[in-house]
Amino acid sequence: MSDNTKGRIHSFQSLGTVDGPGIRFVAFLQGCPLRCSCCHNPDTWEFGAGTEYTATEVVSRAIRYKSYFGSDGGITLSGGEPLMQSEFCLEIFRLCHKEGINTCLDTSGCILDESTKKLLSETDRVLLDIKYTDEDGYRKFVGNTTLSDTLDFLAYLDSKSVPTTIRQVIITGINDSEESIRKLSEISKAHKCVDKIELLPFRKICKVKYDNMKREFPFASIPEPSPELMQRLNSILGN
Amino acid sequence: MEFKQWNGFKEGKWTEEINVRDFIQQNYKEYKGSSDFLAGATERTKGVFKKVQNLFALERQFGGVLDIDTATVSSLTSFSPGYIDKDNEIIVGMQTNRPLKRSCNPFGGIRMVRQACEAYGYKLSDKIEEEFKFRTTHNDGVFRAYTDEMRAARKCHVITGLPDAYGRGRIIGDYRRVALYGVDKLIEEKKKDKDKLSLGNFNAEEIHLNEELFKQITFLGYLKQMAAMYGFDISQPAQNTREAIQWTYFAYLGAIKEQNGAAMSLGRVSTFFDIYIERDIADGILDEKGAQELIDDFVIKLRIARHLRTPEYNELFGGDPMWITEAVGGMGEDGRTLVTKSSFRILNTLYTLGSSPEPNLTVLWSNSLPENFKSFCAKVSVDTDSIQYENDDIMRPIYGDDYAIACCVSAMRVGKEMQFFGARCNLAKLLLIAINGGYDTTSGMSIGPQMDVMDVEKLDYEEVSRRFDTYIAWLSHLYVNTMNIIHYMHDKYAYEKTQMALHDTDVHRFMAFGIAGLSVVADSLSAIKFANVHPVKDENGYIVDFETTGDFPKYGNDDDRVDLIAKEMAHKVITELRKTPTYRNAEHTLSVLTITSNVMYGKNTGATPDGRGNAEPFAPGANPMHNREENGALASLNSVAKISYDDCRDGISNTFSITPEALGRSVDDRVANLVGILDGYFAKKAHHININVLNRETLMDAYENPEKYPNLTIRVSGYAVNFNKLSREQQREVISRTFHEVI
Repeated sequence: MSDNTKGRIHSFQSLGTVDGPGIRFVAFLQGCPLRCSCCHNPDTWEFGAGTEYTATEVVSRAIRYKSYFGSDGGITLSGGEPLMQSEFCLEIFRLCHKEGINTCLDTSGCILDESTKKLLSETDRVLLDIKYTDEDGYRKFVGNTTLSDTLDFLAYLDSKSVPTTIRQVIITGINDSEESIRKLSEISKAHKCVDKIELLPFRKICKVKYDNMKREFPFASIPEPSPELMQRLNSILGN
Repeated sequence: MEFKQWNGFKEGKWTEEINVRDFIQQNYKEYKGSSDFLAGATERTKGVFKKVQNLFALERQFGGVLDIDTATVSSLTSFSPGYIDKDNEIIVGMQTNRPLKRSCNPFGGIRMVRQACEAYGYKLSDKIEEEFKFRTTHNDGVFRAYTDEMRAARKCHVITGLPDAYGRGRIIGDYRRVALYGVDKLIEEKKKDKDKLSLGNFNAEEIHLNEELFKQITFLGYLKQMAAMYGFDISQPAQNTREAIQWTYFAYLGAIKEQNGAAMSLGRVSTFFDIYIERDIADGILDEKGAQELIDDFVIKLRIARHLRTPEYNELFGGDPMWITEAVGGMGEDGRTLVTKSSFRILNTLYTLGSSPEPNLTVLWSNSLPENFKSFCAKVSVDTDSIQYENDDIMRPIYGDDYAIACCVSAMRVGKEMQFFGARCNLAKLLLIAINGGYDTTSGMSIGPQMDVMDVEKLDYEEVSRRFDTYIAWLSHLYVNTMNIIHYMHDKYAYEKTQMALHDTDVHRFMAFGIAGLSVVADSLSAIKFANVHPVKDENGYIVDFETTGDFPKYGNDDDRVDLIAKEMAHKVITELRKTPTYRNAEHTLSVLTITSNVMYGKNTGATPDGRGNAEPFAPGANPMHNREENGALASLNSVAKISYDDCRDGISNTFSITPEALGRSVDDRVANLVGILDGYFAKKAHHININVLNRETLMDAYENPEKYPNLTIRVSGYAVNFNKLSREQQREVISRTFHEVI
């Protein structure tokens, strides 16, 4: 591995304010095996699409935004599923740390191999997406991973004390029950590494992406959760 | 000097000479705390402001102009006193005898006054018509001297918006001097300066200045008379806060009664006022509520200031602006912040009186500003979309720590520097004229050096650049000469007596040129360089369109390949302008600013190689073209930050719109992230940014249902407007701009 490690990237967002603390430069990696029904980035699924970059190229882009990062911000690798390109991610994070840039990984936690573990050793924060609090939800609406995989991942984060934000997309009628939120809260309380839970309202602005790709958007008919509902669920978490 | 009104102030150089900066430095108290101390509007304020709001509604119903006095020429003493609510006003003074009634000011040019009256259903009185038959206006003078080529450049809109038919503005009197010293002292000092002239030789230059000093002294006398009409004697210094604000306001009022300049900016008064407020609070004669109330009443006066304009003028400068720009905050040369409690108080008027485009509140941002102040400013932006930010860390080393902003982005030392305003030339149009060998396809006029239309299947970057250079050189020379005529005539026929009386006699002058269409030109040259641009000719053999194939880097994506083309272009223009000497040896400066004229400039410009269609609007100021940004907001900011302030000392305007959601999830996150954006952007040596935090849907709704949004304020290009006061075309353009969103 060297700084010429290459990977595929879907796109960059120079102003990320919702994927990790502070202002973040976000790289959306190309390729994801999960096929979540609620996914808002279906254009990042296909492996081999996107544009190839070296780790050095990605970091030199991030450096351009260093003056905006302040004390909290930095880089976030999102996707797609970054763990599918863990060596590339590791190299990016190593180089970022050399530059004093904070690193954040936005993942589903679907793989926990040696390469992932190395990556986590260079990760300042993980945004872990717990999609559902039961295996049934994973079976129906997610592919290629399970709740138990996600919880194993979380247990590993806890053992290594990697600061973690748990995130969940709230989908009307599917995971918006108080019971489900309480379960999410229990999971997080059982892991000291978790210091924040973010509930993200399911949004349908991505439908146009599905249309452009001539793919069916599985949740197209599900209404977006109301602000009142979000507030109520957040209050259960003390948010 | 010694005045009893100065009791309690620390002495310094300012007690020996006219030196407001030194007074501030010796006496102000920096404030690093939070906004918690602020008071709300009092019942009195609410009552007076309610009356004003009713008048605003009436003004809207009347089509934008409530009333015009067509029989009285505006001057310091030509109108009897006017009030909103005489018994309840604590700061008084009005341009005419009734609020929102506009006056006629024909000194810049009578034609525009006549047209403006007619546009609103009035007729300029025979009395004024008769009086001005025997008077040369600035406009008359300019057109006596304009060459054929200057007229042609103006007619085909390659140079537009020149102040040749109305007051030039962009001059900031040091209105604080009246409060600190009283008018008598100022007259005495000007008389000394006049006497000193006789020690030297009298040539044209000295005689010119000698006569100007005579006019300045005369108008200081009129200023006293004007205040006396309202029952105040301003010959002596102000002795408390109310007087300090009142005296300062009278000085400003005198200026806007005398002049109808495009931008009549206020300067930097809040920290100056703070010294009086602190003294009065310490003396137990004022409390926080009272302090805010005085600032509020002052700001109400500024919000009702108006000039009479023509519809054509509104096309260039939409929204009926006055540019009563007040510079807030900044750092001192000694490292102390110039933020005081009154910096908060003036921003607080956006809460006590609601959001508003005027006064044009401009925060001088420094990385070293107190964190509490930064957060408060960001919060005000998120809540009101009414403030703009400019980089104190790049301006302070040049202008010191007592400069202010004229109009949108023009920095100058208060009372020591002034500028000759020069609107802007249309660079994108010039590029098309160059490609067509001196022919403008929009107007059908031949102009500039005449050569063959470029006859190639595919445009070559080197060849186009060479040609463009030739036309830039030609236009720059013409532009400077045109400006020299305009300002010679303005000095001769419409000299700013009141404002220049509030400057040092030995004043430094800037001559401010401008460019429009920078992003169009950068992207067009990038297309020619990196893609394939095939010219399309019309039946007469002129190039009227382009077929562009292949991809090319676009300005606004933090891509040096094109960003440096934009940077180099600005450098080239100012370098060419500097080759032609200016009237009164003014220092050449350049701005990248359009106000709302980007719509009109676009309308007068054919299709360009970047893919912009015929007559489509330009992006405003130094903004990237709408919706060409592919890497998010910060990439766009980084592109703009590359334009060098050393090349563009008259300012580089960037207008930034972001949705609340894209700025962060919670209000606290939004505030913190906006502070981060400002810190980061200005650390890149960027100059200016307008911040709008709003959704496109809000604007679309306001476009359809204006009555629902009477106070919707948005920043457009170096200033803010009430959205409803823009033309439909300008509104559509604002809606079409890039809104940075969550993806």
